[in-house]
Amino acid sequence: MRRAGSYAALTIGAVVVLAPIYFTIVNSLLPPSQLAHQPPPLFPSSPQWHDYSLAWTSGHLARYMATSAVMTVSIVLGQLVTSTFAAYAFAFLRFPFKRTLFLLCLATLMIPFEVTFITNLDTLSSLGWFNTYEGLAVPFLATGFGIFLLRQAFLQIPKDLLEAARLDGYGHWRFMVRVAVPLARPSLAALGVFSFLAAWNQYLWPLVATGGTSPLDTVQIGLKQLVGTSAQNIPIALAGAVIAFVPLVILLLIFQKQLVRSLTAGAVK
Amino acid sequence: MTVASVGVGGGVITRETTLRIRRFREMGLAYLLLLPALLAFGVFTFYPFLRNFKLMLYETPPVPGLPAHYVGLHQIVPTLTSTPFTQSLVTTLIFVVLVVPLSLILGLALAVAAHRKLKGIAIYRMIFSSTVVSSVAVASVVFGTLLNPVVGLLPWLGINPSPSALENTTWALPAVAVITIWQFLGLSFIIMSAGLQSVPDELLEAAQIDGAGAWTRFWRMTVPLLSPTIYFALVVSTIYAFQSFGAVDILIGYQNAANLHANVLIYQIVNTLQMENNPGAAAIMATVLFLITLGLTLLQMRFLERRVHYAN
Repeated sequence: MRRAGSYAALTIGAVVVLAPIYFTIVNSLLPPSQLAHQPPPLFPSSPQWHDYSLAWTSGHLARYMATSAVMTVSIVLGQLVTSTFAAYAFAFLRFPFKRTLFLLCLATLMIPFEVTFITNLDTLSSLGWFNTYEGLAVPFLATGFGIFLLRQAFLQIPKDLLEAARLDGYGHWRFMVRVAVPLARPSLAALGVFSFLAAWNQYLWPLVATGGTSPLDTVQIGLKQLVGTSAQNIPIALAGAVIAFVPLVILLLIFQKQLVRSLTAGAVK
Repeated sequence: MTVASVGVGGGVITRETTLRIRRFREMGLAYLLLLPALLAFGVFTFYPFLRNFKLMLYETPPVPGLPAHYVGLHQIVPTLTSTPFTQSLVTTLIFVVLVVPLSLILGLALAVAAHRKLKGIAIYRMIFSSTVVSSVAVASVVFGTLLNPVVGLLPWLGINPSPSALENTTWALPAVAVITIWQFLGLSFIIMSAGLQSVPDELLEAAQIDGAGAWTRFWRMTVPLLSPTIYFALVVSTIYAFQSFGAVDILIGYQNAANLHANVLIYQIVNTLQMENNPGAAAIMATVLFLITLGLTLLQMRFLERRVHYAN
């Protein structure tokens, strides 16, 4: 009996959370004649995939997705590399100003991008990167969060291991690539998933760094264009939202554990 | 005897020299490894942060083409007391108050409901976490349609304000808040769940054996034990709420945002910069946002710092 009550509560929660997405999927499959039907249909009686192909082609979703993919992959790879390098230095090497430089990296977490974007736009123009992939990705190639996360992981590696590797003739470079990075894989995965999510979903920078309707609009800005057009395009915009959402649902299904890990870093002990 | 001491002495010198060379090479390697990150931070975080203070001192004339001129501190007070700014600050505070408590309470409720060893619980957890991957644009398209006066759910539910929800002075900001709450729900659930998992089950079971009801256990044990997690979730979602503006941009737009009292701070900054071409005023407003975020981040840092010390 109590178990049934638990399931009832959980199911009500799940329905409330999923209802908006469900309604979106149903509406994206409806023929135009049924769209304004009241009450709203709960199932598409004859699903139409027409709006998906329209969103993909004339809605430019294919192009938006490609731009988002290039930008996101560049940012994720960039952040993994720069964070690994910096974290390795902080965890394994001795050098002057180590503490100061580490605090400087942490300090970046306190400066929101919403404050720096004003000057970053000027920097972009002077570099000639307005409306380019470089402009979309380069400002995000380093992350204080990533350096912090990977440093923590590297610090878990016993120092004896470094000494032993030394005796086997390993230099720092080889130790980093062959030992430290493989051992820190869980944290690297957590950082990778987190960066992917943040990069794919970011809104402010792609909005201002490409100047609105541009060939380099990301999928988020593309959705804005689709909403802005006209009421007839609603099913196309809905299909577009579903398409833009799919890569992230796949990400969540595969990497739920890593995502949870990165999102709660700092929350629980 | 003499030969031996020379040998030993020579050995010491060589070892010291090798050690010094090793130290030097280690230092060189360290700076080389730090270079990419520090370069990116320097150019795209610290330089723009510092230049923001300089921008605050320059005024751009309303006529295009004329250069900005130095006005010192004189445009700070007028900007901070201007109606668009004060209005956007009030709007943002209302928005934060609408979004943060509700997303925390709902996230906690879902986390408590899902904190049971039941068959299929993993699927429910996946569903409750799912909105964390939704972008503001996806959420805006989804809810923009739900709130649409013709094809949406509102007419069916019998609520159909006129003008429609997103064109209505009373409902525009709450509508944007609902979208944001839904979007934040996944993160709130994930943080609360992780916190619950660190609460020892034995404590709750012991309380249950002692006859404490579910309600008492929740308020007297779960909430106090979870308070560090709730605090973290509070700070994180407050920062996010202060920085969100995408739904306003997509569903309400520059023309209507101020009239509909939905002109949140970031949107005001973006438009001051891009539409009004006034970087000085934008920099002043951005500094206010920075100070708010700084205060909140310092609260959060207390946790982060504890972890750093813990690791050392």
